[in-house]
Amino acid sequence: MIPRSQKCFWADNNFKMDFINFYLIPGLVLGSIYALGAIGVSLVFGILRFANFAHGELMLIGAYITYSLMVFTGLHPLMVLPIAMLFTSLVAVGIDHTFYKPFRASKSTIVIVASFGIALMARSAVQIIWGVDTFSYSSGRIQMPMILFDTLRLSHKHVWIVCCSVALMAVIHLILTRTRTGKAMRAMSDSAELARLTGIKTENVVKATWVLGASLATAAGVFLGWDSHLHSMMGFYMLLPMFAAAILGGIGQPYGAMVGGLVVGLAEELSAYPWIGDSPLLSPAYKAGVAFALMIIMLIWRPSGLFKGRVF
Amino acid sequence: MSVLSIDNLSGGYGEADILHGISLEINAGEIVVVIGPNGAGKSTAMKAVFGLLRLSGGSVHLAGEEITNMDPAEVVNKGVCYVPQTNNVFPTLTVHENLEMGAYIRKDDFRPRLAEIYEMFPPLAEKKKQAAGELSGGQRQMVAMGKALMLEPTLLMLDEPTAGLSPIYRNEIFQIVRQINDSGVPILMVEQNAKQSLAVASRGYVLVDGQNRTTGKGTDLLNDPEIAKMFLGG
Repeated sequence: MIPRSQKCFWADNNFKMDFINFYLIPGLVLGSIYALGAIGVSLVFGILRFANFAHGELMLIGAYITYSLMVFTGLHPLMVLPIAMLFTSLVAVGIDHTFYKPFRASKSTIVIVASFGIALMARSAVQIIWGVDTFSYSSGRIQMPMILFDTLRLSHKHVWIVCCSVALMAVIHLILTRTRTGKAMRAMSDSAELARLTGIKTENVVKATWVLGASLATAAGVFLGWDSHLHSMMGFYMLLPMFAAAILGGIGQPYGAMVGGLVVGLAEELSAYPWIGDSPLLSPAYKAGVAFALMIIMLIWRPSGLFKGRVF
Repeated sequence: MSVLSIDNLSGGYGEADILHGISLEINAGEIVVVIGPNGAGKSTAMKAVFGLLRLSGGSVHLAGEEITNMDPAEVVNKGVCYVPQTNNVFPTLTVHENLEMGAYIRKDDFRPRLAEIYEMFPPLAEKKKQAAGELSGGQRQMVAMGKALMLEPTLLMLDEPTAGLSPIYRNEIFQIVRQINDSGVPILMVEQNAKQSLAVASRGYVLVDGQNRTTGKGTDLLNDPEIAKMFLGG
């Protein structure tokens, strides 16, 4: 990198491209992944009224199932993703039926603690089944990035991740606004009691919520693993930014979660850009702190989030 | 046979009972109004029909079939629609989506019914695409009633449909209640507004402290000096 002191920032193309290639694009990629996870957190909160601390583990399970399917079939992770979504949905519905359903009438704090237990159990199960080593979806072959306008470097996987995320979010939008079940989900999120009085079978809506949440979590887990690698703590590390994104957007508001995810992802990456001087504004080691700070600021300044969600 | 009969019902939400042996009956084609002071158990009696209460005694029968403690969704499936006093619409859903949700359990084509509802409540047709939470109180009440009517219910239960409404909307709601009843739907209605509601009622019940106080024809109750003193301001 050319020392910053010799060049004027925006007049210099290299700096501009550095910014886009190494901060903006990774921020968008990370933001898309957070958004997919946060939508699930938000949906579950809206409909089941509890903060699911095991949502990161659904990502983990989804990513590992995808890995096994990839090894078993020899296909690209994106090709086996739909099957992995199905399996992870089954796991989520099973967990709900076994562990959360008995607490349906309990206070949400009890279910939150239960979800913490589920997270620990799920992570241990993954460690027992797949081991604690890291895995990678890629074969080790280095794929050259696409180069546009001479300097804009786009890696294929980043393009795929962002495009697939946008497509998934569009699908979620269509489900929530066009289908009977999607509308019932929004209705139940508004008022579970009125939904019951309307004749909506709330247990079926709960199942649909888990299927959507788990499918998106699987996609998020696979994208995260594709962007770096798979390890058994990846779900846990995602928990904080996902909740930050969900709270930022307004908890219980899936559209807010999409925006919140992008904001948190971009904020994390851009906080490491050398805005002042030559060294990063914040050491990349503090990325998680950025998400945490955003979450706390939002809870103090506007607890209902950008899109007027519920207050914890 | 009565459409709905509540026999000697006792129960409440927590430990203490709110209802102490209440009995109500609605016959085909009737508008039955339940009045009484605050805390008399009027709304609670309605919720009891929908299995939203811990019952300690008594029974509820719908057209001869026992529905005591039945799941709310099941009761709706039997054709009973209930419009709660508050939180009776889905605020973030549009007016149109609220009506669609009202028809959630219908498997057939409900578009003709939708058109009828919009005809019955013209302001709703204009605000189809607006979120129900953004409407005025009176229009929200119309959404709530329209949503319940989407099912073409065998019994409609309204919990204080005119509470907090301006006189204009109040009159309109009473008119709609009569119109719905004219189309053959029996109505059980809890009301604070005793004078106006008894005027449209076939029969009325007066509840006090979770018990039946008195019952009779709407007009008889209106002319009863004791009732007048209690609820109608002398």
